[in-house]
Amino acid sequence: MTSELFIQYLLAGITYGSIYAIVAIGFNIIYNTTGIINFAQGEFVMFGGMIAITLLQFMPLPLAIGLAVILTMIIGALIEICFIRWLKSPSVLRMIIITIGISILSREVAVHIWGESIRSLPYFVGNEITSISILGARISPQVLWVVAVSGLMFICLGIFFKTTSVGREMRACASNRKAATLCGINTKNMVTLSFILSAGMGALAGCVMSPITYSQYDMGTGLAIKGFTVAILGGLGSSGGAVAAGLLLGVIEAFSVSVVPLAFQDAIAIAILLIILFIRPQGLFGSKEASALKEF
Amino acid sequence: MKKLATKLLMAVVAVSLFAVPAMAETIKIGAILAATGPASFLGGPEARTLEMLVEEVNAKGGINGNKIELIIKDSAASPEKAISFAKQLIEEEKVLAIIGPSTSGETMKIKNICEQAKTPLLSCGAAEVIVNPVASYVFKTPQKDSYAVKKIYMEMNKLGISKIAVLAGNTGFGKAGKGQLLKIAPEFGIEIVEVEVYDKKSNDLSAVVAKIKANKDVQAVINWSIVPAQAIVPKNMRQAGWDVPLFQSHGFGNIKYVEAAGAAAEGIIFPAGRLLIADTLSVNNPQKALLLAYSRSYEAKFKEPASTFGGHAYDAFTILMAAIEVAGNDRDKVRSAIENMKNFPGTGGVFTFSKEDHNGLDMDAFQMMIVKDGKFVAYEK
Repeated sequence: MTSELFIQYLLAGITYGSIYAIVAIGFNIIYNTTGIINFAQGEFVMFGGMIAITLLQFMPLPLAIGLAVILTMIIGALIEICFIRWLKSPSVLRMIIITIGISILSREVAVHIWGESIRSLPYFVGNEITSISILGARISPQVLWVVAVSGLMFICLGIFFKTTSVGREMRACASNRKAATLCGINTKNMVTLSFILSAGMGALAGCVMSPITYSQYDMGTGLAIKGFTVAILGGLGSSGGAVAAGLLLGVIEAFSVSVVPLAFQDAIAIAILLIILFIRPQGLFGSKEASALKEF
Repeated sequence: MKKLATKLLMAVVAVSLFAVPAMAETIKIGAILAATGPASFLGGPEARTLEMLVEEVNAKGGINGNKIELIIKDSAASPEKAISFAKQLIEEEKVLAIIGPSTSGETMKIKNICEQAKTPLLSCGAAEVIVNPVASYVFKTPQKDSYAVKKIYMEMNKLGISKIAVLAGNTGFGKAGKGQLLKIAPEFGIEIVEVEVYDKKSNDLSAVVAKIKANKDVQAVINWSIVPAQAIVPKNMRQAGWDVPLFQSHGFGNIKYVEAAGAAAEGIIFPAGRLLIADTLSVNNPQKALLLAYSRSYEAKFKEPASTFGGHAYDAFTILMAAIEVAGNDRDKVRSAIENMKNFPGTGGVFTFSKEDHNGLDMDAFQMMIVKDGKFVAYEK
C-alpha cells in the first residue's frame, strides 16, 4: 500500500468516524440524564439537514443552518415535553419503546413534508468536484468542515459540562438523580435540556454532513445504528469514549475495504463490536463499576 | 296464479340478464407499488403517475364507457407485503390485473401467485428474470438490463476502452446488472479488473474509490445502481481527482440524481429511455408526442420532473387500457390482447409483444445519453 493510499483511507475513515461520533455523543447526553437510549437520535440529524435545505430558499446558508438547529432543538424539547415528561417513574423499556415510536413517527412526518427524494445542502466551500490535497491524498473541503465542527462541538460540550452551573447540574442529575433532586435541581428540566442539547448537536451534524451524505427522510435509522454501536463501543455515557470509538470504527471500516470486498464493511464493524463486548462488556472506555450500576 | 308469478319472475331475470352487458361497469385494477420505504424513488413517481392517468381516463368517460377503479397498495418494497397484497387483490378485490410491483425482488415473489391465479401482472421491475423464462400472465415494461449492458459496451468499444471497474449497489437491480455485466463482457472483449458492491445506505464511498483508483489498469468505471447512493460515486471520484469516463445504468434516469451529484455529474454517460430528452427528439419519432404529453402533465400536476420510473407505470397502465379496450373485463382475453400487441408506443420504447417476449422492447429502446450543464442530452460521438 502506498503512503498516498494509506492517507486516503485514513481520511475516509476519519470522515465516517466523526459522523458516527457525533451521533453517539447525542445518545450519550440523553443517556446520562435519563438512563435511556433515544432511538430517535438519527431523526434529529435528518430534521437538521432537511429543515436547513428548506430554509435555504429564503435565506443565506449560515442563517438557514442556525435556524434549522434552533427549530430542531424546539422539536427535541416538544418531544420530551409531550412524550417523556409526564411519565411517572417509567421503566427503561417503556421509554425506549416510546423513542422507537417517536423515530417512526418522525420519519412518517418527514416523508409527508419533504417526500421521498434525496436532497442536499450545497458544499460550504467550492462544489462537488473541488478537492484539496493533503500529503498526496485528495479530499473534499467539506470533510474538513465535518471534522472541525465535530471537534468543536465535542470541545464546547466538555467546557459546558465542566464550567457552567447548568452543565454541572446536568452532570449531577446524571450521577445520582435522587441526590440531585434533594439538592434542589429540577431534574425534569435537566431532562428536557438534554433532549434540546442532543437535538441541536444532531441537527448541526446533519447540516455539515448533508453535502457529503445527502439528506433523506429515512437516513436516521442507519445513522442511529452506527451511532449506537459507537456509543456502546466507547462505553455508554462517555463522550471522549464516543469520539475515540467513532474514529476507530470509521478507520477500521475504511481500511477493511482494502482487504475484503466493500460489501463486508458493516459485517466487520459489527464483528469488532461483538468481540469487544465479549472481552470488555462495559465498552472500551467505560468503567466496570459504573456499568455495574447501570440499568442495562 | 303461482305459475304466472314464476313466469313473471323468469321474465324479470331474463331481462336483467340481458341488460347487464349494456350497463356500464367499474373495472377494478390493482397496483402494488413501493410508494414509501427504501424504493420510494421508484414507487413514488409510479403511484402518482397512475393516480393521474386514472383521473384522466375516467374524466374522458372511462374505457368503452366503463369507469376504472384503481386500488393502490403501498408495499414499502417489502416482498412479504407484496405477497399478501397480491393475494388480497386477487382473492378479495377480484381485480382484473395488477400493475407493479416497483422492484424486481417483489415481482419475483408474486410471479407464481399471479400465474396460478391467472391474473395479468404488468411489472415495473427491471430485472430480466421477470420475463425469462416467460410466464404467460406476467409482463414487464422497463427495458431489459442486458440491452443496457450491450449499449454501454458498444460505446466502450468505440472509445477504445477495454479494462474497466464495476461498482454496483446491493439491491436486486444492482445484483442483476452486475451479473449481466460480468456475463456479457467477454463478447465485447472487455475485461473487468475490479468489482465492488456498495450498500444502498452508504454515506461516503471515498475509501472504495481510492482502492479502485489505485489499480492503474482501470480505463473506465461502470456504476450500476438504482438507489440514491449512486450519486455519491461520481462525487468521490472527482474529488479524488480521478477523471476516467464514468458510465452509469438506466437506473440513473432521474434528474434528481444529477442535481444531487452536481458538478460531479458532468460527463456521465448512460443508456436510458427517451423520456428524458423528449423535447430534442425529431418530429417523426413515434414516442415524441406521448413523451411530451406525459412529462408536461406530470410536471404541471406534481411540480417535480418526470422520471423514467414513473414512465414504467405509464406504460403498464396504457398497455393495460389498450388491452381492456379490445378485450373487455376478462382476465384471459386481456392477457392475450397484451400478448398480441404490436408497435405500441410507450415511454420506454415501442412495444411489440409476442408469446416468447413479454417485455416487447428491443435494444433501440435505449438511447445513450450524457450529462451536460446539469441536463440530460443525447450522446453522439
